[in-house]
This record gives sequence, structure tokens and C-alpha cells, in this order.
Amino acid sequence: MTERLLELVEVVAGYDRPLTAPCSLSLDRGEVLGLYGDNGAGKSTLLNSIVGSARVLAGQVIRGPERGQALGLRHLPQRPVRPAEAPLSGHDLLRCMAAQALTPPPRLADRLDRRIDALSGGEYQLLCLWTCLAGDADLVLLDEPTNNLDPAHVDLAAEEILAERQRRGTLLVSHDPAFLERVCTRVVAIRPRNVAAAV
Amino acid sequence: MDDLFLIPFLAGLPLVLVLAWLGPLLRLRDEWLATLGLAHLAGAGGLAGLAAGLPTVLGAPLAALAGAGLKFRLAPRAGQGNSLYAAMILLGWTATLLIAANTPLGDALAHALVDGQLYFAGRGELAVAWGLLVLAGVVLPWLTPRLLRASLFPQFETANRLPAWHWHLGFDLLVALAVAVGTATLGLMGTFALVFLPAWVAFRRAGNWRRGTLVSLGLGLACYVAAFVLALALDQPFGPVLVAVLGGAAILAARVPARRG
Repeated sequence: MTERLLELVEVVAGYDRPLTAPCSLSLDRGEVLGLYGDNGAGKSTLLNSIVGSARVLAGQVIRGPERGQALGLRHLPQRPVRPAEAPLSGHDLLRCMAAQALTPPPRLADRLDRRIDALSGGEYQLLCLWTCLAGDADLVLLDEPTNNLDPAHVDLAAEEILAERQRRGTLLVSHDPAFLERVCTRVVAIRPRNVAAAV
Repeated sequence: MDDLFLIPFLAGLPLVLVLAWLGPLLRLRDEWLATLGLAHLAGAGGLAGLAAGLPTVLGAPLAALAGAGLKFRLAPRAGQGNSLYAAMILLGWTATLLIAANTPLGDALAHALVDGQLYFAGRGELAVAWGLLVLAGVVLPWLTPRLLRASLFPQFETANRLPAWHWHLGFDLLVALAVAVGTATLGLMGTFALVFLPAWVAFRRAGNWRRGTLVSLGLGLACYVAAFVLALALDQPFGPVLVAVLGGAAILAARVPARRG
């Protein structure tokens, strides 16, 4: 039996004005749902409306709590926060997000002792991605998780997303059709000012 | 050590630990200027309290807590924390000098607050300082992971619909209390230097958060002991000596290549 974690019903999201067309979608546990669309289509705004940092101007976002479930949510923003200088290691990042239960991939594990301001952009992106995936969250929202990643790191990101995907629902925004094809169970195209259409 | 100096030394010790412990958290939140703002308000509050017959360890915290409440209420709306802290500095400075000029307390007492009155600390200040350390010891281990998470993943609480205002306010109030008691005991600039300089070194030198906190605590403590001995031996005011020692240590640490790995 499928367990619905998230449902968007004709959602129009934005800030002081609407930035997305009405969008309806649903996400079940075990799914990796991809959102694909042109720049300015409002993919990130849609994710932000689920998180609560953008406004839902019309329609309804139905999450676990509305269904009586206490869901944990992790969100990887398009540009993760990274202090210019701070005595914070990869282990500190995992610890503060309670994401130490799973063993990280070896290439990432080797770098966890290093300060996060000493990591490359790609290494930091992978670390933040793992931080979102390795916790006990039921719902994971990933905004452009392959930003800053070279091809080898993109492979690693795909492995991270697919590992134990059955225990959560993942909603993923990407400009990379090949990556979406590789990791997603379904892909939804978001078009500006048009209703989302399944691909 | 003679009781005359032992009590002031023991009163300053826990304050140093609390301020140097708070420093890295304030730096990570980009709120180190808040310390200077709160310290100025605490100085003005301490002086106003004295004019009204209240001890500085009561007047200073009341003013600083009011400042923390103001920050909590206005900063998210304004989105310009540093502007608010600069306004606190100006308001505190103006109030301190005007109160000093218009009461029998005079400039001497205003200077004493700015320079620090550590050598006049008695058993009351001693009890307040150790109470503050116990409070910080209970609260900060619980608050720290939440504060780190709020800095690195600022949308976490909103996304998970978790109320976070109470522990953000709790941290602000702890800072206000520590800065106020520090200002009344160690002096305005000494308090600011203890929050700012050890954390600055820790952010350059340490490899992880735990080590960063230990570097900040160790440096603050070592500089405090050195400044206490130096100020006594050279018959100098404690506050400026503490700032000078902390500044010298920070410059020395800055010359060593920073650890990045």
C-alpha cells in the first residue's frame, strides 16, 4: 500500500506576486519525483512554498501533519549556506542535523574531518546532499543537487539519492534531463503560467 | 592570594569562560557587534541604576535585557541586525555620558564602568558570576546544535513547523545577561574583547566546532590570568590591560598560518 507524503492541489506559489502556474502533484514514500522546467518556471519557488519560505497564493499544500503523520522534512536549497570562515567540520554538519546514522560513501567519508570552508564547491554540495539524505526525514526536497558537481561527483550524488530511497519520498528539481532520467521514478514538467503536465 | 584580590579574580573567572564560550556562537550568527551594543546599554543602565540607588549588577542586566528584547522584536522585521546594534551603541554611549554629566555620580563613575570595576567585585558579584556560569553550562550544550543548525540550514525550523522563537530568545537573553554582568564587572571593552577576539582566533585556527570552543575558552582564560597579574604588578586599570593582552594574543595567532583542513 502506498503512503502519500505530499500533495499539491492547484498550487500557485510566489512572494509578493505569483511566480508559478497552478501545479498539482503528489509524492508517495519510495518515490523520487523530478521537477523539470525552464529558468523562471518557478521550480525553486514551488519547493520553497512547501518549505514555507515562499507563499502559497492559491491552492493547497497537503503534507504529512495534515494527514495525521509527523513527517520530518529536509531541504537542500539551490545555494546551501556556507560560512566564509568557521571552525566547522563535515562531522559538525552531520551532527547538528542528526544525520550520522548511515555510513557515508567512502569519497565523502574521507573529507568529513576537514573544515567545510576548505572543501571544494562540489565536495560541499555532496556533503549537504548527504546531510539531507542520511537523517530520518520522510520527505526530502532537493533543489538542483548537481550544482557544482563534476561527472564523477554527479555519479556519487545519484548513488546517494538512490540509496535507501524506499524509506522516504524525494522531490528533486534539476535542469539536467539525463540526471532526472537516471534517479527519478517520475518526472513532472513545470511550464511558466501553464498547468504542470506529466512527462 | 590575598582575599582582597582573590574574590575579584574568582568573580571574573566564570565571566571570562561564559563570554569566551558565547563568542564563537555570536560570530557564527554574525552578531558579535550585538555584544558592543548590549554592553553600551548595560553601561548606561548600570549608571542609571546607581543614580536611582540600585547596584550595577542589577541596573546593567535590566538595560541589557531590554536591549535583547528590542533586538528580538525589531531585528527580524528590519532584517538589518547590525544597524540596530549600531543604534544601541550610540544610544548607550549618549545615555552614559549624559547621566554622568547630570548626576552627582560624575565622570569618574562612568569611566569606572567603561574601564571595569573588577577589583571592587565582592561576594555579590562572585555569586552572580558563578550562577551565570552554571546557567550557561546547562543551557549552551542544549542550544549549540540548534544554533549551528539554524545558521547552516536556516529553513529547517520553518520547513518542519517547529517553534524556534523561544530558544532564539533564550540565547539573546543569555547573551544580554552575560554581557551586562561582564560590563559591570570586567568593563565595557573588556567584555566586548572577550567575546570578539578569542572567537576570531578560534575561527582561524580550529579544525572543528569543539576545538574552536576550546581554543576560545583557553585563550580567554590565559589572557585573563595574564592581564590580572600584569594589571596588579604594573598598577594599571584592569580593563585596558585585558584588551591589550587579548589583542596581542590575537595578533600573534593571526601571524601563524590558519588551519584549513
